[in-house]
Amino acid sequence: MDVVEEHDIQDKPTKKKTKKPKKQPKPPHENGNDSMIEKTEPEHVDAPAEFSFPPTFSVSEIKNKQRRHLMFMKLKQEKRKKKKKERDALGDKAPPKEVPKTIENQRVYDETTVNPEDEEVAFDEGTDEFSAYFNRLTNPKVLITTSDRPRGRTVRFCNQLATVIPDAHVYYRRGLALKKVIPQCIARGFTYLMVINEDRKVPNGMVLCHLPDGPTAHFKVSSVRLRKEMKRRGKDPTEHSPEVILNNFTTRLGHSMGRLFAALFPHDPQFVGRQVATFHNQRDFIFFRFHRYIFKNEQRVGIQELGPRFTLKLRSLQKGTFDSKFGEYEWVLKVIIYYQIHVKCCTSKRYAISP
Amino acid sequence: MADKSQVCSVWVGSETGILKGVSLSKKQAFNFCEMSCLSRDQEVCVLGWGDEHETEVLVGSVNGTVKTFSTEKGIFTETRQCGESTQGRFTGIAVTDSALITCVETGLLRVWKEGSTDTVEINAGTNVCRMRQNPSQRNQVATGGKENGLKVWDLERPETPIFTSKNVRNDWLDLRVPEWVRDMSFIPDSDKIVTCTGHHQVRVYDPASPQRRPVLEAHFGEYPLTALSLPANQDSVVVGNTHGELAILDLRKGLVRGCLKGLAGGVRGLQCHPSLPLVATCGLDRFLRVHSLEDRSLQHKVHTNTLSFSYTLSTPEAITGDVEEVKEEGGEVDEVWDTMEMINDQAKKRATDEEEAVVTGVEKTTKKRKVVK
Repeated sequence: MDVVEEHDIQDKPTKKKTKKPKKQPKPPHENGNDSMIEKTEPEHVDAPAEFSFPPTFSVSEIKNKQRRHLMFMKLKQEKRKKKKKERDALGDKAPPKEVPKTIENQRVYDETTVNPEDEEVAFDEGTDEFSAYFNRLTNPKVLITTSDRPRGRTVRFCNQLATVIPDAHVYYRRGLALKKVIPQCIARGFTYLMVINEDRKVPNGMVLCHLPDGPTAHFKVSSVRLRKEMKRRGKDPTEHSPEVILNNFTTRLGHSMGRLFAALFPHDPQFVGRQVATFHNQRDFIFFRFHRYIFKNEQRVGIQELGPRFTLKLRSLQKGTFDSKFGEYEWVLKVIIYYQIHVKCCTSKRYAISP
Repeated sequence: MADKSQVCSVWVGSETGILKGVSLSKKQAFNFCEMSCLSRDQEVCVLGWGDEHETEVLVGSVNGTVKTFSTEKGIFTETRQCGESTQGRFTGIAVTDSALITCVETGLLRVWKEGSTDTVEINAGTNVCRMRQNPSQRNQVATGGKENGLKVWDLERPETPIFTSKNVRNDWLDLRVPEWVRDMSFIPDSDKIVTCTGHHQVRVYDPASPQRRPVLEAHFGEYPLTALSLPANQDSVVVGNTHGELAILDLRKGLVRGCLKGLAGGVRGLQCHPSLPLVATCGLDRFLRVHSLEDRSLQHKVHTNTLSFSYTLSTPEAITGDVEEVKEEGGEVDEVWDTMEMINDQAKKRATDEEEAVVTGVEKTTKKRKVVK
């Protein structure tokens, strides 16, 4: 039993300092297995100043991963305490805290970022294709369709999108050509055409075309989660128009995209119903979420995620209605593929949508 | 205003009607617009030099007005009404001997003589996409458009064109090949005209030869080519398409020499520098870029806030200074000589690298052979 106890104590050298002094008389008996542990033990003994391990010893020489990890954590803690003590001792004269480098920090300033007071951009936006919507002259009416012969997941996705976007109508594609669909849509007063493309039974692309003569955006859709797959979700969305939140659409291209998304929803500042649709742009990916919120008090809000969630990545923005062959592209995603010796990796160029 | 306009080396017209002068040394774009009356009506369709010394810029807008902007004074000096907006957008503007030549989309080519109100009118067919003037023979203009082949007109004989091109033969399915001339350019020191089409073809026509069909045809990419320009050295052409792909094509064999990277949007305007191997491009991605033709690298990139819908024009003197970013005047001359030497060396290198000394039988000019060797 004694032996067992000893082994236990040896296996956890850093756990309790009180146990260490017991260990002292024992080591000579366990030279075979525990020569390593002996070396570590004396470190934790406060009283004797003499260390029995060689001065060039470092934590990395311990072969046992668990013990090495524990030793390292200990070392780090001590270092941190020491640093904090020094900082407190200096008081006001302490050097400022260093900010850690993140991708967002290290980003080169994008010269296309729009200055809010820019008159030219303001004029441009005042007279572009969305000006009719932003001047409250038209109400959005969206036609949602898919590529030919959609499978279950895409159909369900379209139906859920139709509940999220007010005044949206889902139609089956039935092999019709988009160029012929567009004049019919315009005749029936639609303002948007949304085509969800499907590949291998999963939606993977979206073409969003602003009608009369608006720009056409082509997106790559990924990470589609339908309502059934959401955890802790609320009840189905109601008929109320949701609020729209657009995050990080700061550059000139971002502005165009933001306006494109905003014009999908009715323009009504008096919010009824506590639903909100968020388009969050981060590193050129646009994340769509749909929530219901409730204010518990002045400071705290509770949110419940409803509705589908998906991410979009812009592939091209084309002036005019859908015309992929002869249309003029305002922005095209150009992917640069870097070849390394053993690994092929695909890295995309920095483009103007991100902050 | 005057000092700003004198510094600008490249002029760009925008969708909102603002004429922008871009100074490459300062990497900045300056706006020149009249009385801040911006409207989509004033959208700039064409830009042209008003005179030989490149001190006046002619700006043609959608509503049919042609404004003259003086680069020395920095203000718009004159406005003329040359047609209405119902007649279509301007597709070309040129100046000969104090007469202004304008062409619109509906095919109406007019010569406006100064002082008199009557105009010489030529009907160049429908759907004209571009009109260009021959820089060596100023009374010759070329027009072309959608289903409207290349026609070269002499303004002194306005009834019939002096050269009408013929469409290529039916393709392998015996179907008529559609025609869509988007841009053209006269090759200096010869009669030839090179055109780029909306069906991604580059064609060379030779009025001196008996055949009216293209002498050379080359393909590039899968998207409509929107702009074309001839660089200073002969036998190559720079083209741009709606996807922002710029390529340098060789006119001896019709092969792609190289692509210029960087553009993200469709190319609207393309202009090569008359003497230096530089090309300036403006497009729908709101940037003005200057590339070097030798190493195909990007030299300058300036953000212009609005969509650039029309041509860039460059002044030769200013650009030589800008390329080297010289501050002292004495240094400028040396730098200019340095750049000239570099060009010659590179041309020699290219001649040794390219083993294709094969000259197509059709091109009989000896001048081109000298350049190669």
